[in-house]
Amino acid sequence: MIVVWLILILMVGGALAWVTEAMDSRLPRLTALIVMLFSLIVVVMLCMNNFPDPLSPGGQWLVLEKWSWIARFGIYLQVGIDGLSLLMLLLTVFLGLMAIGAAWHEITERPGFFYFNLLWTLAGVVGVFTALDLFLFFFFWEVMLIPMYLIIAIWGHENRAYAAMKFFVFTQVSGLILLLAILCLAYFHFVQFGRFSFDYFELHNVVLEGRFQMLVMLGFFIGFATKLPAFPLHSWLPDAHSQAPTAGSVLLAGVLLKTGAYGLIRFAVPLFPEAAADFAPVAMTIAVIGILYCAKLAFAQTDIKRLIAYTSVSHMGFVLLGVYAWNIYGLQGALMTMLAHGLTSSALFMLAGGLQHRFHTRDMGQMSGLWAKLPKMSAMALFFSIAALGMPGLGNFIGEFLSLLGAFQANHVAAIFAALGLIFASVYSLWVIQRVFHGEFRVPGDHGAGHGEAHGATAQDLSSSEMLCYGAMVLGLVWMGMYPQTFLAMSEPTMAFLLESLGSFVGSVVSTAEVLP
Amino acid sequence: MLEWIGLLPAFPLAGFLALVLTRGKLPRRIAGVIGVGSVGLSFALAAAITVEFLGSDALSHTQVLWTWMSVGNFTPGFSFYLDGLTVVMLLIISGVGFLIHLYSTGFMADDPGFARFFSYMNLFVASMLVLVLADNLVLLYLGWEGVGLCSYLLIGFWYDNPANGYAARKAFVVTRVGDTSMAIGLFLLFQQLGTLNIQEILTLAPQQWSEGSGMVVAASALLLGGAVGKSAQLPLQTWLPDAMAGPTPISALIHAATMVTAGVYLIARTHVLFELAPSVQILVAFVGLATLLMAGFTALTQRDIKRILAYSTVSQIGYMFLALGVGAWSAAIFHLMTHAFFKALLFLAAGTVILSLHHEHDIFRMGGMRKKLPVAFWSFVIGSAALTALPFTSGFYSKDAILLAALEQPQYGTLLWLGGVLGAFLTAIYSFRLVFVAFFGDDHTQDAHAHHSDDHGHDDHHHGPVKEITGFVMAAPLVILGILSLVGGFITVPVDSVFGVHEEHHASTLVHGFMIAVPIFGVLISYLLYSGAPQGRVLQQWLKSMRESAFGGGLTRFWFSGWGMDALYNLLFVKPFVALAQLNRKDLIDQFYGLLVELARISNRAIVLTQTGYLRWYAISLIGGLVLVIGIGVWA
Repeated sequence: MIVVWLILILMVGGALAWVTEAMDSRLPRLTALIVMLFSLIVVVMLCMNNFPDPLSPGGQWLVLEKWSWIARFGIYLQVGIDGLSLLMLLLTVFLGLMAIGAAWHEITERPGFFYFNLLWTLAGVVGVFTALDLFLFFFFWEVMLIPMYLIIAIWGHENRAYAAMKFFVFTQVSGLILLLAILCLAYFHFVQFGRFSFDYFELHNVVLEGRFQMLVMLGFFIGFATKLPAFPLHSWLPDAHSQAPTAGSVLLAGVLLKTGAYGLIRFAVPLFPEAAADFAPVAMTIAVIGILYCAKLAFAQTDIKRLIAYTSVSHMGFVLLGVYAWNIYGLQGALMTMLAHGLTSSALFMLAGGLQHRFHTRDMGQMSGLWAKLPKMSAMALFFSIAALGMPGLGNFIGEFLSLLGAFQANHVAAIFAALGLIFASVYSLWVIQRVFHGEFRVPGDHGAGHGEAHGATAQDLSSSEMLCYGAMVLGLVWMGMYPQTFLAMSEPTMAFLLESLGSFVGSVVSTAEVLP
Repeated sequence: MLEWIGLLPAFPLAGFLALVLTRGKLPRRIAGVIGVGSVGLSFALAAAITVEFLGSDALSHTQVLWTWMSVGNFTPGFSFYLDGLTVVMLLIISGVGFLIHLYSTGFMADDPGFARFFSYMNLFVASMLVLVLADNLVLLYLGWEGVGLCSYLLIGFWYDNPANGYAARKAFVVTRVGDTSMAIGLFLLFQQLGTLNIQEILTLAPQQWSEGSGMVVAASALLLGGAVGKSAQLPLQTWLPDAMAGPTPISALIHAATMVTAGVYLIARTHVLFELAPSVQILVAFVGLATLLMAGFTALTQRDIKRILAYSTVSQIGYMFLALGVGAWSAAIFHLMTHAFFKALLFLAAGTVILSLHHEHDIFRMGGMRKKLPVAFWSFVIGSAALTALPFTSGFYSKDAILLAALEQPQYGTLLWLGGVLGAFLTAIYSFRLVFVAFFGDDHTQDAHAHHSDDHGHDDHHHGPVKEITGFVMAAPLVILGILSLVGGFITVPVDSVFGVHEEHHASTLVHGFMIAVPIFGVLISYLLYSGAPQGRVLQQWLKSMRESAFGGGLTRFWFSGWGMDALYNLLFVKPFVALAQLNRKDLIDQFYGLLVELARISNRAIVLTQTGYLRWYAISLIGGLVLVIGIGVWA
């Protein structure tokens, strides 16, 4: 029941937040905070109960529940939590808390409805990470989309309508393709077993022939790759991220992108092992292009949020690479990248939001030398940039190193080219630091004598509550970097099970790798 | 004591944390005590560990702190490995590091970023200690990247000047090119051998690979890529001269004594791989030779006191690479140690000069300083003597060992030896050029500004009276390093067991005599050319006319620019990258989707056009359509 409770807490909490606005405009955020704290406690309890004893009776599944829903079409309310899901849930609730922190002062307009959307998005995400019935999965897939669309469309910045529409169209079209693929699968279950089924475990038994399996697999892949996003389906993301309010960017980058990666690991590969194996070289090529292409794009941006958005695409390339390497190193690397990127990108978006809040611009050309006046903020920006460029000792390094280690075993060439991304990452990360935080102190409107000075002088450094948020994320990244075993151990059974059950895929990949010199 | 090995990097790391978490709010005295004290503790512990380790019969000691991660067969630990080579490195890093920290309390005394400076310095020492203590290549890579980060932070320490930021980023990115090569090397090693534990690799490699097999060549070449990046060797040497933008103690610690020798350490540590790949090993020697000559010629033309020393560092590391390339492992480490002494001495002395002359870097705007800056002068004399390898100084013994080993190389011995000797000749000229120009002759400090137009790390020249700035904290390190530079040649590095050979090189008296004579001859030439001595007028005239001739002037400019490597890389990599990035700033893919939207709009308008409201128009299209469909039905 715990999953249902978690989703209900978030949904009811969201409704409550909306309702309480009528009483006091500060109540919604308080409600949301309490709800998120409660969810965090629930998830942490779940972790504590099941670890450090990974061999719980249910095998890899810590929770596995099933209720009838639409029996006629074989649709069940089937949910499950394994190590992978649990880590994703942990990330979700943690970043949910951060998002509320980011919105705390920023959202003054219709806060009730904002927090409603925020919590409902999170509820959808929790559903996506736990649903084991593909119909239910798709249901939650949509649940998380619409509130997010509203967040961008209502509380976004100057070009929000365009960005929100673009986000919606991309996700909706890819969602439709995903739905078609799911229905195909359910239909073939009907053809082969005489009844419809959306059950994750039953659908494994469906046998699809060569080309057709590839086609259905591509349906899943496109659905998830748009969310990830993978090249060339990434173009919604820079607009959505740069236009969304900070909390929206945090959720998008930190959590929503991860649903794509999760979908690949949970569904796109395991359901279609042969097609996925054939497709692996293509996927890895896409990953490499994405890593390099978007790193280069990031370097050219002047809008700081757009820049971070492109780096997100670049980093998610490592996830794609790791997943399609489909060995334990690649998968665990993809997982660590997801977790670490969740924290770094969220923190960077929060910092960018903080800059916009203080100086009313996202144009990096207009500010420089902030270290002199905002040392705490600058130090944080430096830390998270360093983390993002893959400094060992912090989480992102573990993820990227393992992804590349795994990818190298599967495909030398892809791994070598992807590794060049490490160089590009250092180029753009340090460029941001140089442009915004180093150099001579200058803030927007500085050319007008006196005026700018006053403006810059009024800018406040991070408050203690902000420091608390960033501090938590710093600790998280150091933890992931110095002792990633905590997280790796949680996902190990799931990953090992996936690899074991798809042994053939592994074999085929390794054999192609061995053909290479 | 050995079980306390984990504390070695923990002390400076704790210092770093203490300084960062207090965010510069501590009084300077306390911040200084933390910064210097933490490294001092490490040194004391390192010394105690060394005594115990060398006193015992053990060849090595491994200490597992915790398992870093465990994925499949990949189980690198946070574990430290101690042997003779580690001991040498530990003492150099913590010892020289301690002296430089102490010196810095004086050098940086008035800097507003005092605590920030020491926090970065402490983090650097911690990373560097992890680098040399690591028992596996992943942990080594952690230290490797950590020192690179600190190097970046400290080169750009004075962040308000964008030029410093540029130098810092250049250093980081160029070394990261090497680091990436090294990372790929690690992936290859793991795929082939299933482990990244260094000792296991050294055992497994000879069993798995035959000499010169493709895999071992690839793996060692990739590691070499990492080494040339970190150690500023060709073709990745361009970052080091610019790195002089950082405060001078940084140049002494990071860009002379410790970090830049990490590449030498890496190759020495994985020497078995290089022995298995003779083609790569000889490549190491030639990289070293080419670098030492190129940097030597460049140093001859520089005017900035720190850039001269920077090129000389590049050149001296070239000697270490030469030694590695001919298999003289312990000679390389020996030179690494003596170089750490005398180059740290030279840089710290240069720091004193620069500080005393109000941030003057141009040696041609100094002159006659031997009376005004006696401590710096004697430091420079001793340091340059050691750098030049004058007899009985520390540099003499280490360079001697390298050149003799080079001569013994079976294939290219004579060539390598001759190149090395030519390099020694250049070293003598440029080192004493600095000494003669800056410390002898007339005082040029008050000359008009127009005289020089060269690059400087610092632009603020407040011209005031020259007074040597040297308190105890700044003088004591100079004295200690001076003594070490003189007598350091009598220290034996306990690395024979690490490399499994005891190196002894013999040569005829003639060869020995020649090698002693060449540097002395070089110093003599330098004296005649640059001290303004009347005996050298002919030579000085010749140099002047050479410089003024078209060829000579071009050559000087070519050398001065570091053989045009910066311009070349700019043209080959930086410009195309920036141009490409600018060209595609709007993202071609996004424009494609934009096109789709446009297309939808246009077709919408086209279809709207058909909705005219005239019945005859609709009737005609109806009939036309009917005819078309029937037509298709009949003829198709």
